[in-house]
Amino acid sequence: MKRPQLIRPALLEARNITRLYGPKQGCEEIDFTLHQGEVLGIVGESGSGKSTLLRVLSGLEKPDNGQVIYHRSEPSFSELTGTDLTTPEPAHTGLGGAEGALDLYAISEARRRALLRMEWGLVHQNPRDGLRLGVSAGANVSERLMALGQRHYGNLRAASQDWMGRVELDPRRIDDAPRTFSGGMQQRLQIARTLVTEPRLVFMDEPTGGLDVSVQARLLDMLRTLTRQLGLSVILVTHDLAVARLLAHRLMVMRQGRVVEAGLTDQILDDPQHDYTQLLVSSVLTP
Amino acid sequence: MTLRVDDQGGLAYSGYNFAYLDEQTKRMIRRALLKAVAIPGYQVPFGGREMPMPYGWGTGGMQLTASILGADDVLKVIDQGADDTTNAVSIRTFFERVAGVETTTSTAAASVIQTRHRIPELPLSRHQILVFQVPIPEPLRFIEPSEEETRVMHALEEYGVMHVKLYEDIARHGHIATTYAYPVKVDERYVMDPSPIPKFDNPKLDMNEALMLFGAGREKRLYAIPPYTQVKSLDFEDHPFEIQSWDEACALCGASDSYLDEVITDDQGGRMFVCSDTDYCQQCRGEVA
Amino acid sequence: MTAIRQPFLSASALDKSFVLHAQSGQQLDVMRGLELSLMPGECLVLAGRSGIGKSTLLKMVNGNYRVSAGRLTLHFDDGELELSDLPAQAWHVLRRDVIGYVSQFLRVVPRVSARQVVMEPLLSQGVAQDEACCRAEALLARLNLPKRLWDLAPGTFSGGEQQRVNIARGFIAEHPLLLLDEPTASLDSANRDVVVELIQEAKARGTAMLGIFHDEDVRERVADRQLPLEEHMLRAGDASTAVNDDTQELPR
Repeated sequence: MKRPQLIRPALLEARNITRLYGPKQGCEEIDFTLHQGEVLGIVGESGSGKSTLLRVLSGLEKPDNGQVIYHRSEPSFSELTGTDLTTPEPAHTGLGGAEGALDLYAISEARRRALLRMEWGLVHQNPRDGLRLGVSAGANVSERLMALGQRHYGNLRAASQDWMGRVELDPRRIDDAPRTFSGGMQQRLQIARTLVTEPRLVFMDEPTGGLDVSVQARLLDMLRTLTRQLGLSVILVTHDLAVARLLAHRLMVMRQGRVVEAGLTDQILDDPQHDYTQLLVSSVLTP
Repeated sequence: MTLRVDDQGGLAYSGYNFAYLDEQTKRMIRRALLKAVAIPGYQVPFGGREMPMPYGWGTGGMQLTASILGADDVLKVIDQGADDTTNAVSIRTFFERVAGVETTTSTAAASVIQTRHRIPELPLSRHQILVFQVPIPEPLRFIEPSEEETRVMHALEEYGVMHVKLYEDIARHGHIATTYAYPVKVDERYVMDPSPIPKFDNPKLDMNEALMLFGAGREKRLYAIPPYTQVKSLDFEDHPFEIQSWDEACALCGASDSYLDEVITDDQGGRMFVCSDTDYCQQCRGEVA
Repeated sequence: MTAIRQPFLSASALDKSFVLHAQSGQQLDVMRGLELSLMPGECLVLAGRSGIGKSTLLKMVNGNYRVSAGRLTLHFDDGELELSDLPAQAWHVLRRDVIGYVSQFLRVVPRVSARQVVMEPLLSQGVAQDEACCRAEALLARLNLPKRLWDLAPGTFSGGEQQRVNIARGFIAEHPLLLLDEPTASLDSANRDVVVELIQEAKARGTAMLGIFHDEDVRERVADRQLPLEEHMLRAGDASTAVNDDTQELPR
């Protein structure tokens, strides 16, 4: 047997990221590389800095120090649909073309926001933060497509229904308001709304957080399936080690703003090296 | 403050500066207007002044009118197409008194037309300026309450949400049910609220010969569509923009190409459709007669 | 058989120790100087008393445990791959395409159907849905899992039924290296026979297997060689050596 191709191209790099609100509040000197198709879990207790790190990585908060580098390679959905990310400023960054490394906080706000809208996705813990509650499910799902310039109502509707089906929502409820959906359904709607443009990189902040255990399981399975089908790269923040075990290929354990241990999920959970990780793993209740 | 008889024999107040506003204010508003003309569809903030009438009565439009009015201008004021409503009459009288300018109800004779909720039916010429009274200038406001965020959205052309609104219309009503304040894109750049004119008037915005100015008094924003500017109403490929149409013609003048108001005539359900543009209706009747 | 055949997996001077920070940094050396080589098509059975930590070796090969010292190497036609210092991302591909692992306990997303659980390794390799489904059903049928259970989540199954789902999941993708951690523990004799058959077929395909079998009968039937672990396990017989014994797997 030939040696398989083991190393996949880098998609996102965090280089020495620091964002502090006060001593040990925030995250400090974070370095890692996320590869294509990889699901990276960031675990830690409340206040460990994982949410701050996620905000920095996902372009919502400029770090005090360090860089977030995004590697663009194959043509993305937005390019395939004719939306050119580079239009707002073709020349100024020196990166110009569709390929290459983008320094998230060195490019203009216009490009950064376009990137977030077209190639990235963010799934909030509370679906109400990620949905427009005033408009129908279909409008929610198809908004990103409209932002990409799709202007055919029938096609938008078909895409919405297709995606509602993929997240196991009844497509006949396309015209219903998200308010009439249960918490788990709202979360699935948010996921459909995020994935409809087939982003390359998705950030998830405790996606199963506020849900009943029975609803969590179904959502976990759906996320695993979609991640596999779309070849998604995911950065997942969670405090739930069981969720991390099932979804993440790789884990970073954070404590007081710093990464104390990182590696293969099974290795972190089965053979933790750092004393804090050992404590964390041994503190989990198992039914 | 005294009333005096002016040169034309009308009544005018003395003691006020020409057209009520002081020259510094008018200069400030004109500068803002120049910027607005330079960037079609872009909302320019201006230092709005108190006018001697409440917000919602056209204070934004009046400040613009006051700033551009010259002594030789001929002013027409319409409210929903009519020259004879309280609001239109009040504003017209106001400028007669504080500027002493000639006023008219004839669209063709006017050099400045201040309007609420309509564009005259008679095509405008390049010698005319149309001033709109605007209640809410921000087309994105319905979906985004933050002014800071809407400004960024305009700056970055993030207009996907405008179609969310239209999508929602079709989903609920089977067609785009927005009939007035129908959003447009100006010069392929800024999405703009054309003020609450019926969408029937939207096509008149496109490549119009006249200069069109928009003033919002409460929000202290003004914007402009310069002459011969492309103005496109937003729509979907499979639900293209359409204007209202009527089966009836105007019951008074017989026009079949104008925007009609439905008028209830009695308590027995009697009704008639008449031109909303009173001047246009009269002209038509004049021609017939 | 030619003399120049190279092993698919080899270990050399392999050490494993755990440092327990909660117990004032106590270091537990559980393996010292282990040597092994495993040929393609060979089934090597780890021998030794229960609790000696045979699973520890399987978990090192599968990447769950770090290698403390020594070498653990996969030999491909076009070169070697050292597992002891592999970056985390390389393991994703290895586990998808090279290393299959049948653990004692089934660890899957709750409420996912047995059929789907079995299909998953194929789907992640990019096999089409239909084909994966056919192959999963064929395997489940062969393992005598009643058809009415295929659409149900294995969480509610009996130990033996869960075991069979687990075996099907482990064998379906035909990885070139299979790690078997007591796959027959809770099976009746008919199903043990099926597993023995599956192992024989895998051998014929050239699969290298490293296994733990408590059942002496099965061991006799599948083992080409046995590797006694006693001399490598420093605290032999002490079941508390491993930080995470199998009984602590998360989540159940």
